[in-house]
Amino acid sequence: MSKRKNNRAWFLVLPTLIIVAFSAIIPLMTVVNYSVQDILGPNTRVFVGFEWFREVLRDAELHGAFLRQVLFSLAILLIQIPFGVGVGLLMPRRGWSASLCLVIIALPLLIPWNVVGTIWQIFCRTDIGLGGAFLDGMGVDYNYAIDPVDAWLTVLVMDVWHWTPLVALLCYAGLRAIPDAYYQAAQIDGASPWAVFRHIQLPKLKNVLIIAVLLRFMDSFMVYTEPFVLTGGGPGNSTTFLSQFLARMAVGQFDLGPAAAFSLIYFLFVLLFCYIFYTVVMRPDDAPGS
Amino acid sequence: MADIILADISHSYVAQPDPSEYVLRRVDVHFGDGEAHALLGPSGCGKTTMLNLISGLIHPTSGQIRYGAKDVTRLPTRRRNIAQVFQFPVLYDTMTVFDNLAFPLRNRGRPDSEVKKRVGEIADLLELDSELTRRAANLTPDLKQIISLGRGLVRDDVAAILLDEPLTVIDPQRKWQIRRTLRQVHEQFRHTSIYVTHDQTEALTFADRVWVMNEGKIVQEGSPDELFRRPEHTFVGYFIGTPGMNILPCQLVDGAAMVAGQSIPLSDEVWQQARRDQGSFEIGIRPEFVELVAGGDSTDHGQPGELSVTITAVEDHGRFSIASAELGEHQIKAKLTDRVPPAPGQNARIRFAGGELHLYRDQRIVCADEPSGDHRPAATPAGGN
Repeated sequence: MSKRKNNRAWFLVLPTLIIVAFSAIIPLMTVVNYSVQDILGPNTRVFVGFEWFREVLRDAELHGAFLRQVLFSLAILLIQIPFGVGVGLLMPRRGWSASLCLVIIALPLLIPWNVVGTIWQIFCRTDIGLGGAFLDGMGVDYNYAIDPVDAWLTVLVMDVWHWTPLVALLCYAGLRAIPDAYYQAAQIDGASPWAVFRHIQLPKLKNVLIIAVLLRFMDSFMVYTEPFVLTGGGPGNSTTFLSQFLARMAVGQFDLGPAAAFSLIYFLFVLLFCYIFYTVVMRPDDAPGS
Repeated sequence: MADIILADISHSYVAQPDPSEYVLRRVDVHFGDGEAHALLGPSGCGKTTMLNLISGLIHPTSGQIRYGAKDVTRLPTRRRNIAQVFQFPVLYDTMTVFDNLAFPLRNRGRPDSEVKKRVGEIADLLELDSELTRRAANLTPDLKQIISLGRGLVRDDVAAILLDEPLTVIDPQRKWQIRRTLRQVHEQFRHTSIYVTHDQTEALTFADRVWVMNEGKIVQEGSPDELFRRPEHTFVGYFIGTPGMNILPCQLVDGAAMVAGQSIPLSDEVWQQARRDQGSFEIGIRPEFVELVAGGDSTDHGQPGELSVTITAVEDHGRFSIASAELGEHQIKAKLTDRVPPAPGQNARIRFAGGELHLYRDQRIVCADEPSGDHRPAATPAGGN
């Protein structure tokens, strides 16, 4: 092959390159650019090096938001993954009930995020909301607008309602992909339902669960819309997570430099977590057994 | 261990089946205790369905399944105490090979010492000793299947061992060896074994009794020799043997079968049986029993029972050759071992070895010896010897 021909091949990559440049590389580099400058006005900017990074990392309010964020994502994973697997296992495998189940379970995923927030915001109000009024009527002292614990619980329940279906659907698809022969062999071998789950279903779901954990981690770590609509980050700062903190910094106070620095840290953290998680769970399969 | 009896079993995978939707049609089978059985038939004939009915993975639409005297028709698999090896290997790939083999025993709460001993024995038998500590992932397909086989063999108290085309994924050389191991295992433990296959060599080498199936029915049951020498149904003649039996439509005229204007004498008994009823008649003769008459050509009429044919093709298989010939508008094949094969295009005379020609009415054999019921070959051509 001649060299000229080789160079021509670059033209074929060009469209992709342009799309990626506009969708990812240029915006990202803009953020990098902002993060090392103090922007005083449209034409006045000063190079400040890593100053914004230092400032942001020392911010106590941000530490609080970060801690809440980690706690939130952890709780989301601990609840939604087992719950989703459970729902996936319980869903009927065939027939009209399977289709019906799929539709019902997929419903929360089809609702726009701010609508989800609104639904729960109204549902949980003690004066006009069905759920809130019911709890109030039962004598439970509940008000998400005042009590931080109530606010947290409400945000968690809302997210579980909204996103467990995704985990369940992924698991359901994974379970459906297991050939019948495995279940037949397990019956022949006299395996209990627990043994079937432990030795057939769970191992076969491994890849699906990795995807589910990654998706749910990333999404929950960047959660913004629903808590913003439901509680507005309150009461106080109790449900202010990282995205909202960031939005306040960038849009509310117009601190573009610190916001950009923080965005990069945020981005690298998510990337790092996913990378570590993926490498740890994807160890080679043929490691010697016990 | 027990006899396995299927009484009047019909099965359909459809809830309200039409008569055409049955995969098994009123099957009666008795698998004798401690014997090696083979279910032989083409793909889709209902073999695997029958196996899954026996193990309880599916339940029959109608009929009864018994292990010895015990009715198990509605019992779930777990309570039937049966071993089954599937066509494609199934392994628990988070476990080691040892744990895989031990799984059926541990599920039944056997003590550790016994588990260790049994797994050791089976690993010895299947030459798996060096693999026991490996994880059962990323193994070659045939090793996987051998481990699956081991899981089937590891329990010594099973009612029967069911093998569903277990050698499909195994490479030919290993296949031969495992077939022998299977036979050895059978001879050692004397489990009732049922081996499903569409490969006649596998069936005939493994089994004491072979059940030939077609379209949801058992067509014939017998020893490999019986199936070869005396197919009761033209399907058996056609399906067993390489190449299959020559089946030629014929008319009956005065104690003889007329094929393409040439006459093949029938024995008196067969003639007497055959003339009683109407039907469409065929003669069947295995290629192994078609002989070329030395020095014969089609210009003279030869001895009674000799037929004039035109050789159309000769395939050389090394130790033997298969000659195809035209007999009128029909094709007939001969397996020739001991002579220089004839050349294509040549006219020749053939005859059928004594006692090996069978007459079929509506695809069922016409027996000369029905009253006495012994297994002497039924139809004997009068000429040819």
